This record gives sequence, C-alpha cells and structure tokens, in this order.
Amino acid sequence: MVIIEPQGLSALFDALKQKGYQLIGPRVVDQAIIYDEIGSPEDLPVGWTDEQDAGVYRLRKREDARYFGYVVGPQSWKKFLHLPILKLWEAQRDGPSFEIIPNDEPVPKMAFIGVRSCELQAIAIQDRIFLQGDFVDPHYRSRRENIFIVAVNCTEPGGTCFCASMDTGPRAQSGYDLAITELYDAERHVFLVEAGSPAGETLLEQLPHRPATEADIQQAHQLLEQAGKKMGRQLETEGLKDLLYDNLEHPHWQKIAERCLSCANCTMVCPTCFCTTVEDVTDLTGETAMRIRKWDSCFTSDFSYIHGGSIRASTYSRYRQWMTHKLASWHDQFGTSGCVGCGRCITWCPVGIDITEEARFIRENPVT
Amino acid sequence: MAAVPDPMIPIPYRIQTVQRETDDTFTLTLTAASSEQIAPFQAGQFNMLYIFGVGEVPISISGDPSTPEKLVHTTRAVGTVTQAMQKLKPGNVIGIRGPFGSHWPLEEARGNDVVVIAGGIGLAPLRPVLYTLVKYRERFGKVVLLYGSRTPEDILFRRELEKWRQRFDMEVYITVDRATGNWRGNVGVVTKLIPRAPFDPYSCVAMVCGPEIMMYYSVLSLRDQGVPTESIYISMERNMKCAIGFCGHCQYGPAFICKDGPVFRFDQVEHLFNKREI
Ligand SMILES: Cc1cc2nc3c(=O)[nH]c(=O)nc-3n(C[C@H](O)[C@H](O)[C@H](O)COP(=O)(O)OP(=O)(O)OC[C@H]3O[C@@H](n4cnc5c(N)ncnc54)[C@H](O)[C@@H]3O)c2cc1C
Ligand code: SF4
Ligand code: FES
Repeated sequence: MVIIEPQGLSALFDALKQKGYQLIGPRVVDQAIIYDEIGSPEDLPVGWTDEQDAGVYRLRKREDARYFGYVVGPQSWKKFLHLPILKLWEAQRDGPSFEIIPNDEPVPKMAFIGVRSCELQAIAIQDRIFLQGDFVDPHYRSRRENIFIVAVNCTEPGGTCFCASMDTGPRAQSGYDLAITELYDAERHVFLVEAGSPAGETLLEQLPHRPATEADIQQAHQLLEQAGKKMGRQLETEGLKDLLYDNLEHPHWQKIAERCLSCANCTMVCPTCFCTTVEDVTDLTGETAMRIRKWDSCFTSDFSYIHGGSIRASTYSRYRQWMTHKLASWHDQFGTSGCVGCGRCITWCPVGIDITEEARFIRENPVT
Repeated sequence: MAAVPDPMIPIPYRIQTVQRETDDTFTLTLTAASSEQIAPFQAGQFNMLYIFGVGEVPISISGDPSTPEKLVHTTRAVGTVTQAMQKLKPGNVIGIRGPFGSHWPLEEARGNDVVVIAGGIGLAPLRPVLYTLVKYRERFGKVVLLYGSRTPEDILFRRELEKWRQRFDMEVYITVDRATGNWRGNVGVVTKLIPRAPFDPYSCVAMVCGPEIMMYYSVLSLRDQGVPTESIYISMERNMKCAIGFCGHCQYGPAFICKDGPVFRFDQVEHLFNKREI
C-alpha cells in the first residue's frame, strides 16, 4: 500500500489515458452526480456531497474539498457494460432470404474512476449472468474485458446505504485494479492506494508515491470500521429467501401496491437489474432490418404479456416479483443475492418505497 | 481474445413446405439455408423463429427427433409475428436460434405406460414424443393419447391421429369443447377422458401440455387416479425475448422457463402453480 498526494491523481489519470483508456467517472450534472467521460481530477465532484433518504436526493456543498465525499448517484456502471440500448445485429434482405451482419463495432477501453464496493459487487453479479452461465453475452464480454477499475472505499455511507447488511462493503474486497481510501483531516489530504491486480500494480509503480506507514493503514482501517456502523439503512438477511418464498401471498404486497406507481425507476437505477427486451425494426426501404436490445423492467405490463393478457397485470404482483427476485430467487438462480445494498431503489423511488422496510414488515408480520 | 459465438444471432433456414392444419394453424418444414445448422433437438424443446424485420417468437419443435435436419414447427397465428409467419411461402428464409430448454422424459418413460395429454396447440410440442413412442414402441408399456380441441375444425394433425388411432398398440381419445357439423365423438374437456383411459397409474409417466388451467385439472385428475406427482410432467409458457437466460422475461419463481423449462416435473413447480400472477 502506498500514499499518493492529490496531484498523484492527475498522474494516475494521465497514465491511464496514455494506456489508451477513456476515463469514466463522477461529475456533477443537473443537480446530481452521474458517471460520464471525464478528463482530469478537476472534473470530479470536489467538495460536494449527496443527502439521500427515501425518495430524497440532494446535492450539498461540503465544508471540505474531498474528491470522493459523496456516495452513489442515480446511475451505475452497468450502463457502460450492459448498454441501455444496443444494436445486436443488422440483417440485409437478399430476395426471399437475408444475411445477418453482426454488430462487432470496436469497444472503447474504459477506466472507471470511483467505483464503490457495492458497485464492484454489482459488476461481479452481472458477470455471473452474462459470462458465467451456459451462454456468454459477447457484447458484455468485450466491454468487460477492457476496463480498468479504480475503486474508492466508502468512509461516509449515505442515508439509504446498507452494504454492511449485504456484506458488500464499505471496503472494496476484490474485483478492482486500484482501490483508494481518501484520508482527510486537519493536517492532510492524501490517498491510501492499494493494487488489486498486476495491471494496478504496474500502474501504481509509475505514480509519484511513498510507502504507507502503519499509521496511514490504521487510519483507513478505523474510518472503514466506523463507516460500517454508520449505514443509513439495515436489512436482516438471515433466512430472508425462505421468508419471502413463504410469504408470496402476504397482504402487505397489496399495501405496497397502493403506493407503488409501477414507474420502474427502481429497476432502472438498480446496478444488478439485467432485464431487457428486443425491438425489430426496418429502415424505410424495408431492405435493412435491425434488432435492438433495450433495458426493460418487470414493472411494465408488456413484460409478462402472453396471448390474452399480462401474467402480472397488477402492481402488487410486479413489486412482489421484483423484490422476491432480488432477495430470494436470485440466490437460486445465481448463487448470490441480487441486492448489493447501494440504496438507489430507495432514494429514487418517487414515493419512497423502501425495500429494507418492506422486508422488515414481512419478517415481523408473517402470515404463515 | 477468442471470439465467442453470439447466441443472439439466428441461423437462416429455408421453408420447404407450408402445411395448412386449420384456419389459424400451419406447419412449416424447414432446412438449413447455408452450411450452418442448429444442433439436434429432443422432444419438447423449442426454437426462436425470426421473421425478417417483424420479430422473433418461441415455437416448439413439432417434428421427428430422429430426422432433425428436417425442422418442423406448427404455429397458431395469434399476433404480429405469427400472422406474418402465416403469410410466408416455400422458398422464404427465416432465422432460427435453438434448440432451447428442457425436454419430455422419454428416458424415464421407458418400461412404463405413457399418457400424453394435449389441449389445442399443446399437441405440437408433444408430437415429437408420439413419433418416438411409435418408432420405439416396444420400449414402452401402454401408450395413451388424450387430445382436446375447441371444435372438430380445430383438430390438428388429423391424418396422423387417424393413423395412430388405427394402431392396436395405442389408445387415442379425442374430445371437443363444442361439437359442430357431424361430430359424433366425445364432447367435453379433455380431463374427463382421464378416468376412462387404460393405463397403470402406479407405473406410468404422464406428459401434459395445454393451457395452464387445463394442465392443472389434468394433474388433479391424474392424481385422483393414483398417479404420483413425480410421474407428471407439464410444459410452461411465458413471454420470452432471448431464450438464453438474459432477458428475464420468462421467470417463474426461481426458474427461467427458457432454460430450466419449458418442461417441468410437476413437483418442481407445484408450489407456484396455483399462485396468482407469479
Ligand atoms: C416455450 C414456448 C413454446 C411455444 N410453442 C408454440 C408452438 O409450438 N406453437 C404455437 O403456435 N405457439 C407456441 N408458443 C406460443 C407463441 O410463442 C406465441 O403465440 C407467440 O409468441 C405470439 O407472438 P405474436 O407476435 O404472434 O403475438 P403478439 O400477441 O403480437 O405478441 C406480443 C408479444 O407477446 C409474446 N407472446 C404472445 N403470446 C405468447 C405466448 N403464448 N407465449 C409466449 N409469448 C407470447 C410475443 O412473443 C411477443 O413478444 C410457445 C411459447 C413458448 C414460450
Ligand atoms: S417501487 Fe417505487 S421506484 Fe419502483 S416501480 Fe414502484 S413507485 Fe416506481
Ligand atoms: S427468455 Fe430471456 S431469460 Fe428466458
């Protein structure tokens, strides 16, 4: 582990650019912190923080000049790996036949700056879906194989965070090339940096740095220890899968449905939600057809349509599907929870529905 | 980096024949239009059929598994894609991805009686089973087909049904919901045929395909006869956009119907079967 000064960040960015990486990181746009292309550390949300609660997100100026003094915004890294809209292929008509032209456009090498521990876990979960099953998504794979991850450990969790419950944070455990802990106090502002891969190791060598002292490491350790105790939300996961399976007909689903707008926000902001639909379109001449894949949501009525109507016509069945998928059936499907405790679904729900609260209610009031 | 095959890219297949089965149902026979072919299939599996510019739908394979190079699909025209498919002619090319999903338990059925229960278009995914039962007839005990159709005009595969009915080693019972014309056969739901059907409930395998409600009552009736739940198999249907476990549309509790199904042993899904809007 080493210490780099804030100027070291510039060196890191330059080194990544030199290696051909496009830098993607947080920046303030329209009152929110989003992930976008960035050029230099000045583009980071220096001195900003985000206040989050159920249905509430507000940016606020910090008293200090931290680079990573916010938590997570509405977007996740999934939009760069599992694209919101992707052309799968094109087809060219040829008399009564047609020829398929795969979409093998080159993908950029991307360096993700500021990936939180919950987000690393979310990427690992999508890896299981798109890379580790019977089939591999070549589009996801080509992007995934070309990223460099600079993780940031969370020392100040947000109001809707519960990664400590999900065992997915606040400290980055694996899946990064470099992991940074921002150390900030009256005396100093430095970054403790740890390499998590040979590529990270090599890069770190090139940056101006000094070895970390035992005191540096202790300070980071303490900050993260405290962070784990300051989570805005908490979710009891013990026996949760069976609890939800046993309560598919709990009256509380109906109660949630009275508030839920079926707007699909929760699924769009979720870093693990992976559902998609496809659209087949032709150009005006009808000679070229295209198949487009788009993010979809289990909250729409088309999602479960089969001849004669939607299987999940009611909102209660859609919320139940979403939540039981995240917290129960995901385990059976992929050997892990589908929830990483990032809190986005709570923050960005327009009516403030809180997955941790709903799960708690069912636990405390089982009907079985 | 080694290129991975893209499971979303269809393989072109050319329509050889179009057979009209009923007013709204037709059977396509297809062969590969290039050197590329899909893998051989097992009875009960399905393909995704792509119509140029229109869309892609899951359709079961209704042909004989022992001649997989002749790909056969029987489709009821109900909406955008299936109606466009109905208009296609021999020589037209469509895209095929597959075969996908689980299959009927023909191995487990060996040495046992076999009861095939189909409702409507549900006979299509079971026809590969019937071909296999007939081809390897000596491997199985009694073979019974119970088939329910809306009206006599909706009966699929008439000529084959007639051929099978004439066999001495097979029982074929057909019923219609509503008699029309000069129908003199059974009238009523297919489940009513179950108590009369000659099979040994304690050593049989039942394969059921049709609307969910029909499958549900079939299961109840089979159980009434003493058939253990573990001997009953059904085939499920859900919206499908990928067939490879990526799109999420086909989820049924923890199962992805596209890969864990469509064929399930009933006890695998029993806990969900009666729950509303799962
Ligand atoms: C595993 C499986 C096997 C099938 N086998 C057959 C078969 O052998 N023969 C046959 O005629 N039909 C079969 N179906 C049903 C067939 O897929 C639908 O009738 C077809 O998708 C309707 O598409 P459409 O565009 O014509 O209708 P639309 O109503 O215009 O379709 C709109 C959307 O809903 C979907 N959809 C509509 N109905 C169904 C349905 N019943 N099941 C799944 N998705 C649906 C469509 O795929 C499309 O995405 C099968 C379905 C599944 C899941
Ligand atoms: S839970 Fe909230 S965010 Fe999700 S669909 Fe319902 S109203 Fe929208
Ligand atoms: S059809 Fe897409 S996951 Fe099953």
